[in-house]
Amino acid sequence: MFKFIFKRILEAIPTMLILITVSFFLMRFAPGNPFSSERTLPPQVMENINAKYGLDKPVFVQYTTYLGNVLQGDLGPSFKYKDFTVNELVADALPVSAKIGVVAFVFSLIFGVSVGTLAALRQNSWLDYAVMSTAMLGIVMPSFVLAPVLIYIFSIGLGWFPAGGWMDGSWHYMVLPVLAMAMMYVATFARITRGSMIEVLNSNFIRTARAKGLSYRYIVLKHALKPAMLPVVSYMGPAFVGIITGSVVIETIFGLPGIGKLFVNAAFNRDYSLVMGVTILIGFLFILFNAIVDILLAYVDPKIRY
Amino acid sequence: MITKKENVDALEKFSENLEIEGRSLWQDAAIRFKRNKAAMVSLVILALIILSVIFAPMLSQYAFDDTDWYAMHVAPSSEHLFGTDSLGRDLFVRTLIGGRISLMVGVLGAFVAVVIGTVYGATSGFIGGRTDRIMMRILEILYSIPFMFLVIVLVTFFGRNIYLIFVAIGAIAWLDMARIVRGQTLSLRNKEFIEAAHVSGVSQWNIIRRHIIPNVLGIVAVYSTLLVPSMILTESFLSFLGLGVQEPMTSWGALLQEGAQTMELAIWQLIFPATFMVLTLFCFNYIGDGLRDALDPKDR
Repeated sequence: MFKFIFKRILEAIPTMLILITVSFFLMRFAPGNPFSSERTLPPQVMENINAKYGLDKPVFVQYTTYLGNVLQGDLGPSFKYKDFTVNELVADALPVSAKIGVVAFVFSLIFGVSVGTLAALRQNSWLDYAVMSTAMLGIVMPSFVLAPVLIYIFSIGLGWFPAGGWMDGSWHYMVLPVLAMAMMYVATFARITRGSMIEVLNSNFIRTARAKGLSYRYIVLKHALKPAMLPVVSYMGPAFVGIITGSVVIETIFGLPGIGKLFVNAAFNRDYSLVMGVTILIGFLFILFNAIVDILLAYVDPKIRY
Repeated sequence: MITKKENVDALEKFSENLEIEGRSLWQDAAIRFKRNKAAMVSLVILALIILSVIFAPMLSQYAFDDTDWYAMHVAPSSEHLFGTDSLGRDLFVRTLIGGRISLMVGVLGAFVAVVIGTVYGATSGFIGGRTDRIMMRILEILYSIPFMFLVIVLVTFFGRNIYLIFVAIGAIAWLDMARIVRGQTLSLRNKEFIEAAHVSGVSQWNIIRRHIIPNVLGIVAVYSTLLVPSMILTESFLSFLGLGVQEPMTSWGALLQEGAQTMELAIWQLIFPATFMVLTLFCFNYIGDGLRDALDPKDR
């Protein structure tokens, strides 16, 4: 098991290097820069600015310097917010996104798996049909449709929850963003769980367990749940990626000061170093999470380990 | 015994019957698909949506970019079926024109993804060995790259160009396709009937053409139908952020974004595009599910 984990982490390193390289050169070859905007600065000033941010050196030197800094956890100064480093901006924004993302992820996992299991246990009953058609709605209703609808109903109509804002993460500011973000993954987890649960319950070893006279409850919880979780665990990676990506839209709609909003603003402002920093950070999270999922999969399914 | 005349006759008759009743994999699938009510209904609705998206704007007296300063934010009426938007443009026409763009991006994006994914996956699976390992390794690396973010960067830096969006979206989506096709090809490669074909001297190219492609086609068809809605979603995602289609042209994502901004004032600007989009996505998903059940019954 430790060998597997070690190997998996080792494999992530080249991926990370490629990601950093790709985003670095993408930024360097993009037309326009944050200083060439409204008025043309005197050439001396431009030279000074370029020297300050190291833009006067050859591209390769810039690249190695940047790579070295990133490896030490330093994402450099922001081009637009001149008094801040990228690290400071990210440190402000990350907790907001993390809080919403983690709550949405845990909620969709727990709720989706339990609803899916229920539907599988009562296959073809009205409960099953109700759950599955709601799930289909959840899958086809993108978060940027669901979010305005939720705001319309619960903020403008009923006035239960605020339509946006953060207020240091007080819970009723979190309800709508989390719901809008999680719905699609609740639905997907429910569908996946139902499918694999039905398949597992029809397999031979469950029949044997029944023949031994074990209680139904014991069979489901002790025997069926673990193998049925296999496709659920492998969907955790894409779900995590989707939730992070979705945060761009959700944070824009609800006006939350998170990573997604920071990223969109940075892209619009052509703040190279910030865009690069956020892309690398998110890529790092993707890689890390994919590695965790693989390790989890290996834990659930011994076939992968050997 | 078998030489007895009546037996021979019976056998012949039997084989004739077999000929009549014999159904190909595809006919079988078609029958199963037709029995699936949800999928058939979706097919009809989708056909209606596609027809109206193509033809209805031509019949309307309004163009999608006709502004009317005396009819801003007009509620749905007999004159403007879906009402008008903040510039007095007819929302019925705009919703349908937006649908044209969304569906087009969806289908073209899916097409790009299917072509790249199938070629990549089939090559990797069929050649196998070290080539396969390297190609899969590349795929894994690409999986870990936050593409949506790179697309946003691309679009903001290199201009908001619909072709760029096609390419970008298609380039994200082929990864899954490649994996699926590769898995399928890999398992086919070791099947007895492929070996039999090899033994009887069928050329490599003919094996691919006659045996591999038809067998992979089913899963490609299913996956393509499921790919279209996800492409539509991706395009809407970009348009919603203001990075997709540019004014006065529109798409469902762009309409939703405008609708979300004015929903306190004019909820119909959100409702109609949202309904159309969700309905379309519903249909594609049910058709995709129906196709999967029809082509791969053991997967149910």
